[in-house]
Amino acid sequence: MRHTISVLVENKFGVLVRIAGLFSGRGFNIDTLNVAPTQDVTQSRMTIVVKGDEAVLEQIIKQLDRLVDVIKIQDFREDEYVDRELLLVKVGADAKTRPEIMQICDIFRAKIVDVAQKTLTIEITGAESKVSAFLELMQPFGIRDLTRTGKIAMSRE
Amino acid sequence: MDKQTNMKPAAPMRGADIVIKSLENEGVEVVFAYPGGASLELHQSLARSKNIRVVLPRHEQGGIFAAGGYARASGKCGVCMTTSGPGATNLISGLADAYMDSVPIIAITGQVNRPMIGKSAFQEIDVFGMSLPMVKHSYLVMNVEDLPRIFKEAFHIATTGRPGPVVIDIPKDVQQASCAAAFPEQVQLRGYDPVQRIAAADVERIAALVEKSERPVIYCGGGIISANASDELREFAVKTQIPVTTTLMGMGAFPQDHPLALHWLGMHGTVYANMAADQSDLLLAFGVRFDDRVTGNVREFCKHATIVHIDIDESELNKNKRAHLPIQSDIKYALQQILKTVKPGKHAAWHAKIAEWKNQYPLRYKVTDEVLRSQYVREFLGGDTSEIIMPQYAIELLDKLTRGNAIITTGVGQHQMWTAQYYLFTHPRTLITSGGLGAMGFGYPAALGAKVAFPNKQVIGIDGDGSFQMNIQELATAHIERIAAKSMILNNQHLGMVVQWEDRFYKSVRGNTYLGDPRNPHILYPDFVQIAKGYNVPGERVTRKSDLEPAMKRMLASKEPYVLDVIVPFTEHVLPMIPAGKTVKDIIIE
Repeated sequence: MRHTISVLVENKFGVLVRIAGLFSGRGFNIDTLNVAPTQDVTQSRMTIVVKGDEAVLEQIIKQLDRLVDVIKIQDFREDEYVDRELLLVKVGADAKTRPEIMQICDIFRAKIVDVAQKTLTIEITGAESKVSAFLELMQPFGIRDLTRTGKIAMSRE
Repeated sequence: MDKQTNMKPAAPMRGADIVIKSLENEGVEVVFAYPGGASLELHQSLARSKNIRVVLPRHEQGGIFAAGGYARASGKCGVCMTTSGPGATNLISGLADAYMDSVPIIAITGQVNRPMIGKSAFQEIDVFGMSLPMVKHSYLVMNVEDLPRIFKEAFHIATTGRPGPVVIDIPKDVQQASCAAAFPEQVQLRGYDPVQRIAAADVERIAALVEKSERPVIYCGGGIISANASDELREFAVKTQIPVTTTLMGMGAFPQDHPLALHWLGMHGTVYANMAADQSDLLLAFGVRFDDRVTGNVREFCKHATIVHIDIDESELNKNKRAHLPIQSDIKYALQQILKTVKPGKHAAWHAKIAEWKNQYPLRYKVTDEVLRSQYVREFLGGDTSEIIMPQYAIELLDKLTRGNAIITTGVGQHQMWTAQYYLFTHPRTLITSGGLGAMGFGYPAALGAKVAFPNKQVIGIDGDGSFQMNIQELATAHIERIAAKSMILNNQHLGMVVQWEDRFYKSVRGNTYLGDPRNPHILYPDFVQIAKGYNVPGERVTRKSDLEPAMKRMLASKEPYVLDVIVPFTEHVLPMIPAGKTVKDIIIE
């Protein structure tokens, strides 16, 4: 099972490696990890997506809580939060396929951020399922390169 | 980022002086420190300190084990210091030991100058990164202004909540830099709250469970000792008449000569402690972590019991074994609250059953036929079997001669297990042993640390010949620093515990477990008395039982360090034994 955990941490030297080490030292797997400062520059927020059963999740949260530099942990359950992911993808495009790609982009409200002779670079944001569906449609055109932020999440409250 | 309002007026100071002043502010009386290029600034400042004693170990590992011994014996924070690179790498075993056994230690390391960091400079190593898995917290100090705050925080973190080691890595140019130092009186750590207290509703729940139970057992460990909760534990046990078994780390938390004592449980624990835990209907797990050496097959462990688990560290709850009632709390506070609520108990039938087990399966040892026929008896006793010194006997004798009042440290292996079985620990902080990490070489340096904490107490490191050799150079520290810690070596010329596993599980094939001289097995090797003499430490070797008591008395009477090399049979096994991953049903008694 996949879980989304939001961790508020001190924006200090070594925090990321402490958290990464906590996972690797226990054989826990991180699916995605995103980290950046919050409105308070002394704090950063990490959004971590992990795979594991309830017992693993319980340990992860407790181990995170042990770290002196971890201020607050939220374990997001369904419907309690909104989440988004940003993705940049470069797909193969020529004069023939370009209109079709642009049409799909329109439907998904994706943005073309760069046009080259043989490629288009597209930006899309959204929930994971939307981003995945879009990627699937891009597949036949040939995905040349891809980078994604991983999930970022925030509670609805 | 400091928001302290209660700062003292500032005066310009050098970084190294700020460090030493911070240590003095924390009441540090001794530092175990080995100097080098990146830490000599700190030693220069220490040389000017009138309040701090510096003990110079002969190896950094000896230094941190001594700091650990000091901390475990006294309950205060142990402080050690090394230079960068190899000095710091030599600390790793000591950090891991302190981390696993929850011992408060501040480990200060020198680092190369800030501009040299990341350049593969001479004696540069990433101490922060290297030590991450075995510290409670750590710092790389990049600004001299941060030093007072960091030291204040470090001591607070190391000694509160579940104690543990904190590393402070200080580049040499930070030690040399100056600033107007402001020493904070309080710490502000928004991510760290060590004060945890049981809720009133849980106190009621526990009281009800205790009242309802017929076969309750208290299983307690190092958490009781860290929390200084031995008095509360005893009061609780006596009031409710619940028998008490302890882990290796919990030895002395409950007096072993008490009628309610079940002694030790787990792999080499008593049969009756393991039987009682197995048959219990209520397990009160206080300050323990369900270590595999205690539980064996963790699914089968205390299968019939309702488990109440109280620990200061929430991550220990439900980690190895699911508890019916997991509670994060300071155990001292929790016991005080439960004591107010719980009703006195009796459990007469349960005590009768336990008495039966105690009677049927006492701890015992005998000279086996194998020993009688052994090369050891032929070559070293001239065939006189009445002169065999059983290792268990040597420990019983030490217990008798010290009336259980000594501080005992150990290395790791059979001698450690026999010490736990045959020395009767009646007070907390009297057994100092590397329980979680199981680090050979811990015993003697830890004895030095304990002796520094308690110069007027008898401190004896019980060691094996293997363990003793792993930090034998600390005899120099003992002599030069006049630290009169004794060493009693139970010398069987082998890595006895590994030999035992070879005998039990590998058809007695010896895989590098003989420590004697294979080209000359007719002599005992090495000659520990001769080595001690080289360090100007007196010592003697005993091979015959009739010589043991007078020799032990000479060791105990010595005003200086002393090495007593006791030759014991080579193939004795620690029993009882529950093989790894098995249950009480699989216990080996003979």
